[in-house]
Amino acid sequence: MSTSQAPLIPAPGDTRRRPLVVMRSVSKMFSSGTLALSDMSLTVEGGEFVSLLGPSGCGKSTALRIIAGLGDVSTGTIDWPSSRINSKGLPEGDISFVFQEPTLMPWQTVFGNVYLPLKLRGVSKSAAREEIMNTLATVGLADFADAYPRELSGGMKMRVSIARALVTKPKLLLMDEPFAALDEITRQKLNDDVLRLWRETGITVIFVTHSVFESAYLSNRIVVMKARPGRVHADFPLKTSMSRDAHYRTSEDYRQACEKVSNMLIDAIGGEEH
Amino acid sequence: MSDHASAFVPPKTGFFARNRDTLLRTLIPICVVIFLVLLWQFIITVNSIPQYILPGPLAVANSLYNDWGTLSPALWVTTQITMQALALALIGGVGIAIFLVQSKWIETAFYPITVILQVTPIVAIAPLILIYAPTTQVALLICAFLVAFFPILSNMVQGLKSVDHNLLNLYDLYGASRWQTLLYLKLPSSLPYFMTGLRIGGGLALIAAVVAEFAAGSAGAGSGLAFRLLESQYRLNIPRLFAALVLLSLLGVVIFAITSFISWFFLHRWHESSLKREN
Ligand SMILES: Nc1ncnc2c1ncn2[C@@H]1O[C@H](COP(=O)(O)OP(=O)(O)OP(=O)(O)O)[C@@H](O)[C@H]1O
Ligand SMILES: [Mg+2]
Repeated sequence: MSTSQAPLIPAPGDTRRRPLVVMRSVSKMFSSGTLALSDMSLTVEGGEFVSLLGPSGCGKSTALRIIAGLGDVSTGTIDWPSSRINSKGLPEGDISFVFQEPTLMPWQTVFGNVYLPLKLRGVSKSAAREEIMNTLATVGLADFADAYPRELSGGMKMRVSIARALVTKPKLLLMDEPFAALDEITRQKLNDDVLRLWRETGITVIFVTHSVFESAYLSNRIVVMKARPGRVHADFPLKTSMSRDAHYRTSEDYRQACEKVSNMLIDAIGGEEH
Repeated sequence: MSDHASAFVPPKTGFFARNRDTLLRTLIPICVVIFLVLLWQFIITVNSIPQYILPGPLAVANSLYNDWGTLSPALWVTTQITMQALALALIGGVGIAIFLVQSKWIETAFYPITVILQVTPIVAIAPLILIYAPTTQVALLICAFLVAFFPILSNMVQGLKSVDHNLLNLYDLYGASRWQTLLYLKLPSSLPYFMTGLRIGGGLALIAAVVAEFAAGSAGAGSGLAFRLLESQYRLNIPRLFAALVLLSLLGVVIFAITSFISWFFLHRWHESSLKREN
């Protein structure tokens, strides 16, 4: 129902196709001595939907957190060519993060949780109200503004989390295995919601997942990482002329995409030294 | 949908039916207490036990009525000391907890001191406090404060340190200031811990106020319930001793009820501990 709009996958000449974030030879060594990332380079362009896959512990979360500025790089740089950056070198207000858990404040209502990013910027509640209600409507939760998180299902909590990420109208949405804890049907629904939001808003998404099927369904670019130390193993586009909906799930394009991603993943895991 | 609706039996509507659980939960303990009091009076009357050994409930009630003039100021003094000590302990406990969690080093440096204060038996330092404090009232207040303060502090420290890491990350991501993170995230998320500290601290403040007054009693001054209790003992006025005891337990019950209510009031909408299971 949510995928009836025409797909707006950016054409090559689109102005959105400009580098948004550029990681150059980033390494990350934790104080424990773990080298989580080594010499990782990745450029993500505006409007892309990039899925990040790789074996467990290969540094996907670390990469995402570093892009978000949650933790410093050990060596290397991260640039934001098309954003205004603040004193910490971060594009202020341009990034949002969705964690694997909904990460809601249980003492706040749905409204209060979505209000948080705006509240921290000093926007008054009355000034933010319309924006919040609109965002809640886009994730289908307009009727639940006054509910507390404990009254919601897992899928609904995740929607609140997505609404909170979108309310600041960020350029880049980072999602770290956001739907891993949900059942398959809810997951597919939320996948469709995310795709619709991506099309409607032109937002850029970096999406970490363990699911080959999810990545093949959602993304127009796949980055497979290799473990110990974490780095990019394969990086390729997924092209299709079809719109991504229930129809696409049964198509030959989708089957081929799944196979390709799967092979790359097996390759990345198999190439590991034990 | 309508099939289900017709099969659904609406709950009974009378006042008693609706509040059956609550009524039973209130009535049963009250009945048990009344029964025990009656039994007590019965044993006293049947065995004709003299008042100076064990007074019956009637004698205690009588003393409560006749000695109200001496007992009520004492009750008021003990209540005041307990409440003031609890209030100070809340301010001090929360304040110092916030200070302690500012950095690992501050905690390492100061936490042991608070533990030493806690593990030293209060009766042992009471005489010392009595010497240094300007008045006995102040000494009692300090004793009760020291005892009530620690559970509030340690619960608060625990609460402030148990904040969801991803929420902290989220606040960082949105560039929240230290002050915003404290106010909007750390304090609300440690509210359940604070409430536990409050309930424990409230009970301990009363106990400490009484124990400290026992210790102070030997030093002469004082007019709280504990002093009246000792005084009644010296004079072998056992009914009045029991009357003072009854007032102390009532005060304890009231403190417990108030702190429990406060806890319920602030947590019931969102916290698991205050939820009724519905499955
Ligand atoms: N805070 C930390 N301190 C020390 N080591 C860490 C820390 N966080 C992650 N690591 C290590 O860095 C490596 C990469 O971890 P990361 O969480 O990024 O992996 P991941 O690809 O997200 O794994 P998963 O798919 O299981 O989520 C792991 O070996 C992990 O043990
Ligand atoms: Mg991870």
